Amino acid sequence: MKKLMLACFVLLLASTLNAQNGYQVGDLASDFNLKNIDGKQVSLASYKDAKGYIVIFTCNTCPVSKAYESRKEELNKKYAAKGYPVVAINTNDPVASPGDTYEKMQQRAKEKNFSYAYLLDPDHVYTKKYGAMRTPHVFVLQKTKKGNEVAYIGAIDNDQQLENPQRENYVQNAVNQLLQGEKPSVASTKAIGCTIKWKKEASK
Amino acid sequence: MRKYLFIIIALVVFVLPVKSQQNSSNLQVKLLTLNELEQRIAKGKDTTYVVNFWATWCGPCVEELPYFEKLSTENAKKPFKVILISLDFKSKLKTAVIPFVVKNKIKAEVYVINEIDQQKYIDRIDKNWSGAIPATLILNTAKKVRGFYEQAFTYEQLTKAISTLVKP
Repeated sequence: MKKLMLACFVLLLASTLNAQNGYQVGDLASDFNLKNIDGKQVSLASYKDAKGYIVIFTCNTCPVSKAYESRKEELNKKYAAKGYPVVAINTNDPVASPGDTYEKMQQRAKEKNFSYAYLLDPDHVYTKKYGAMRTPHVFVLQKTKKGNEVAYIGAIDNDQQLENPQRENYVQNAVNQLLQGEKPSVASTKAIGCTIKWKKEASK
Repeated sequence: MRKYLFIIIALVVFVLPVKSQQNSSNLQVKLLTLNELEQRIAKGKDTTYVVNFWATWCGPCVEELPYFEKLSTENAKKPFKVILISLDFKSKLKTAVIPFVVKNKIKAEVYVINEIDQQKYIDRIDKNWSGAIPATLILNTAKKVRGFYEQAFTYEQLTKAISTLVKP
């Protein structure tokens, strides 16, 4: 009986910890309605033909995010037509990180010709809900009858500096497998990235 | 005579440049694998190690480096060691890391991580680490202390974290 109680306690603890840490693979992800750099509101539901989404928590200022800019673009070019558009969300507070203001986001998107939505997340509501811990941090979602199921969490690939010919393209592999009706064989990865620049009064 | 001349030329051509090269890179920064780090800490017994993971491109990391420098100088006479491990790419050792260390006159020990696979080394440093930097490890083998912090520190927060973890 004691053992059972302990097991229940551990389960409870684990579930609260999970809640704090955001989504795990298999969870249903919440939709959002956030302002895009063109001034329009964007939600996941607004992509009528999507089979899923490549949600990338990112920012203007992180060198790792910048290093991946062209690869984000490539992902959208390659997979939006197949039903998996890239949706980028800026995690950073514009006061804590002056390079991440709405105007600077617009500038960057224009300079680099972003073909995907680049959304604001005021007060980090969805950054926290999803559990993005660094930039860039990718969540691949698959549209199912139950909702948008998290299929992959982690890095775009394992080659930040583009110097490894045996690069593993985690996101591409995950989406390719989803398109073939399979579950991603690598469902979560880690990578070095930048911390999220939290709003001052909410920061630790 | 020819023989000597040859030896002298050989010395000038091969030995001298190697020496001067060694001097410039030995001066500051070497590569370090996680195995080497672990061995070093295990040998340290009652030494407290504060291992900070940073990179020259990481703003908040660069901002908190002076606190680690201060910590290092203030504890210089104690069994206490600050180790700064840069996660810059190995290829940036000479072009970014060494110039940074020279420019900012960093006196604490600086290394560049010598690991290829981020998937493996992030988990090895700490299972709960997402990979965001700055991040800091506080270790003491004799006192069985191991604390991991995925955050930026102020000097006060840093000394508090150390004193709560490592009891005298």
